[in-house]
Amino acid sequence: MAGLSTDVLVIGGGATGAGVAWDAALRGLHVVLADRADLGEGTSGRFHGLLHSGGRYVVKDPLAAEECIAENRILRRIAADCIEDTGGLFVTTPSDDPAYAERFAEGCRATGVDCEEVEPAEVLREEPRLHPGISRAFRVPDANIDAWKTAWALARGAHERSGARVLPYHAAEAIHRRGDQVVGARLRDVRTGDELEVEARVTVNATGAWAGRIAGLAGIEGVRVLPGRGIMIAMNHRLVNTVVNRCQMPTDGDILVPIRTVCVMGTTDVHTDDPDDQTVAEDEVQAMLEDGERLVPGFRRARALRVWTGVRPLFQDTKEGVASTRDVTRAHTLLDHAERDGVGGFVTITGGKLTTFRLMAEETVDAVCRHLGEERPCTTATEPLPGSEDGEHYMLGERLARREDGLLDDQLVCECELVTRRKLEEAMRRRGTSNLDDFRRVLRLGMGPCQGGFCMYRAAGIMHGLDGMSAEQANAALLGFLVERWKGVWPILYGDQLRQARLDDWIFQGVLDVGHLRE
Amino acid sequence: MTEVLHELLRGSLDHCVKCTICETACPFSNATPLFPGPKYAGPQAERYRVEDEPSVEWSVDYCSGCGICTQVCPQGVKIAELNAQARHKRKQESGVPLRDRLIARPTVLGRLGTPVAPLANATLRSRPFRAAVERAFGVHRDAPVPRFAGRTFRSFARRHSSPPASRRVVYFHGCGTEYYEPDVGEKTVAVLEHNGFQVEIPKQGCCGLPLQSNGLFDDARKYVLRLARALAPQARDGALIVGNATSCTLMLKREAREILGLADDPELKLVSERTYDVCELLLELHDRGELKTHMQPVNEVVAYHAPCQQQGHWIGKPALELLDLVPGLEVRELDARCCGIAGTYGLKREKYDIAMATGADLFRQIGASQAGSVACDSETCRWQIEHATNKPSAHPIELLHRAYGLPPAGADSKRSTLRGVMTRNVERVRNRART
Repeated sequence: MAGLSTDVLVIGGGATGAGVAWDAALRGLHVVLADRADLGEGTSGRFHGLLHSGGRYVVKDPLAAEECIAENRILRRIAADCIEDTGGLFVTTPSDDPAYAERFAEGCRATGVDCEEVEPAEVLREEPRLHPGISRAFRVPDANIDAWKTAWALARGAHERSGARVLPYHAAEAIHRRGDQVVGARLRDVRTGDELEVEARVTVNATGAWAGRIAGLAGIEGVRVLPGRGIMIAMNHRLVNTVVNRCQMPTDGDILVPIRTVCVMGTTDVHTDDPDDQTVAEDEVQAMLEDGERLVPGFRRARALRVWTGVRPLFQDTKEGVASTRDVTRAHTLLDHAERDGVGGFVTITGGKLTTFRLMAEETVDAVCRHLGEERPCTTATEPLPGSEDGEHYMLGERLARREDGLLDDQLVCECELVTRRKLEEAMRRRGTSNLDDFRRVLRLGMGPCQGGFCMYRAAGIMHGLDGMSAEQANAALLGFLVERWKGVWPILYGDQLRQARLDDWIFQGVLDVGHLRE
Repeated sequence: MTEVLHELLRGSLDHCVKCTICETACPFSNATPLFPGPKYAGPQAERYRVEDEPSVEWSVDYCSGCGICTQVCPQGVKIAELNAQARHKRKQESGVPLRDRLIARPTVLGRLGTPVAPLANATLRSRPFRAAVERAFGVHRDAPVPRFAGRTFRSFARRHSSPPASRRVVYFHGCGTEYYEPDVGEKTVAVLEHNGFQVEIPKQGCCGLPLQSNGLFDDARKYVLRLARALAPQARDGALIVGNATSCTLMLKREAREILGLADDPELKLVSERTYDVCELLLELHDRGELKTHMQPVNEVVAYHAPCQQQGHWIGKPALELLDLVPGLEVRELDARCCGIAGTYGLKREKYDIAMATGADLFRQIGASQAGSVACDSETCRWQIEHATNKPSAHPIELLHRAYGLPPAGADSKRSTLRGVMTRNVERVRNRART
């Protein structure tokens, strides 16, 4: 069995885990970052894409608002390329309590969230799709952030700075203890079945909604994460170019986030017992579309592309006598198991939101350093991620500009998301994976209107031609992706997307007869 | 651009199922890799466009605006309209060359050339001069340019008084008729009067289409609104507006409102609703049994090409049905899509070869048809066809005029012969072949 030895093993490759790896690497520590699936495949990649200004929390949870605005400012500097500066609006629609606006403005003043009231007429000129009955509007520094791009930039940075090993598709099978000390873990490559022993001075459990399970592997009890699942619906194009929030107490279906070529309506909050629960209930979809109508009249007639479920981790400490250690107003929770359970070399970080992942990573690595007995200051607040050195924010037109540059000497594979053959082949060589969904996350392959209808058979063919993969493997990759895409499409099959699905179906079943492919 | 209208156009991209029918039909992307096609430039690229980011697209300039994509889209995506707006934004940012500003103003060129027509015509056909113009301005030396008639249609219209009749129409003649083909205008008036219309011809200018297709939206708006003001009073009194320049009537009917965002202008709306293509109007008359069908035989073989913008009227090919009424006339319908000229597109140095390649199918069909001449509703297409095939061409209304046996046009003009424009066109082509 192969083995690795490292300072820090991070289990969980979401934004937080990747952030921990980056933070630790900047502090000069050796890191192994493992996830049971692809980076950002879990909660991080299943949110609406909002980089919070904090506006959402100014009334309900002022401390969270302060954290958000502070991190928002930092991330705009260090992760500029992952962020598009759309700006945000809080608008009082006819469905909202008009009295909340004053509390909102007051909350922004109290928490330091930049906020400027603007004339509704001006807002409607900028965003003509919005409800014409808006009575008040406030501008805040919301933005969007690409979680996959961020996670990979963090992981790449960790690798560049201190040779971090990044191991997607490596699930933690066992966490090893030597007495009161966690000393590492056994990982299993879920694609090959190969096992890998990792010896680590400190192990970080950054598995979010799955944190209870991983803590359990280390013999730690009472780490209870209540998964709350929420659905998000991506619309075919940007109905708005600014993040739009309803100016009311935070609730379901009150945010519309333009990100890349789509805009995402979110979200619901339903308790579930299983963090892998990806149910999309029809009544939730209907409620979300109804909420969309309140912001953008005609929302139901616009084209929905896809719906998905994200599971957010809500931490509840059920261990007796330790409830007081948790700061109940804080959205995230750091459990130092040396303090909490008398188990050294093990730290759990859970809860929180994507906007505060850097802060969570900082606090986590501070705890790691305490375990190591070393003084290593955090520098992530000032060190830009790879790709963000120039401080320029992402612009929506970037892909189109690149495509225009290469118009005459490169082919388009995914027409909707403008993924070129060269880009795809590069990624295929770099990643060495046969899972087409992995390329979706890094390239947005198959994420556009046709949901892979026109690019998937091309991509499977290109992959087959590249590295001598067998026809059966290529078939399996194609089918795997189709099944994955279908999950997100069937709950919103109406109108334009239904027509698309019929055409895609004719292509795959009628022309290519994928139902009878040999796997 | 009203935001609401733009949002409606933009919203139509939701209907795109990527079927690629538009790209199969696009005459230009099939002729050049420089234009990647309407699906790419329209519903796809539109998802990457944000008002306050700069335009990043050079390729959309190679879209001619012919509008075939919108016509063939089975899902109702306003592809050509989205492309036109993207092109406009591009031009606004990168600047519109002097050449495009000039060739987009047929009224200015017409006023300059008409008084000195013989000199202007000779100069425009001088090889050294055209080579110099190509170098200095970028108008291709071989591109087809029309001949100034040396008189304006207006000079006829001023003297002409239409006999009173129960049906009234306003004649919208367009710039091609005004400066280059006044004969076609006179024949149109004669055919309408022959069929019991009283024809009013108010003073009028350019519809702004060439400005619009060259991305000069502000100027185009001024032109088309001025034209709408000129035509609206009679329309308000109940008269229909009828035109023989099929691209210009399409501009009034639909394009100005959709592409230039003038949907809310009440006068343009009125004019738009009452505008007819001349063949469309005559066919409606025929459908009611009111068109005069007593005609003399015209024993010829004629090929018919329906221009892209004629197809944009969504009226089928009324000219074909009208020409069917002419005894002895054998009409060969051509199904190639486009001649390539697209108004001013094919005049440009960098686009001339693309335009000729785009029209190649049509030119081949014309050659194979064994027709002696080509009938076509749009003047710029006729000029391109004559240039590329050396065959004379005529507006369908000219053939009807002959079949009705009406007095020749231009009878009161010293410069006109009595031989009819078809014969003149033959000469014109022969002259060009000689030079």
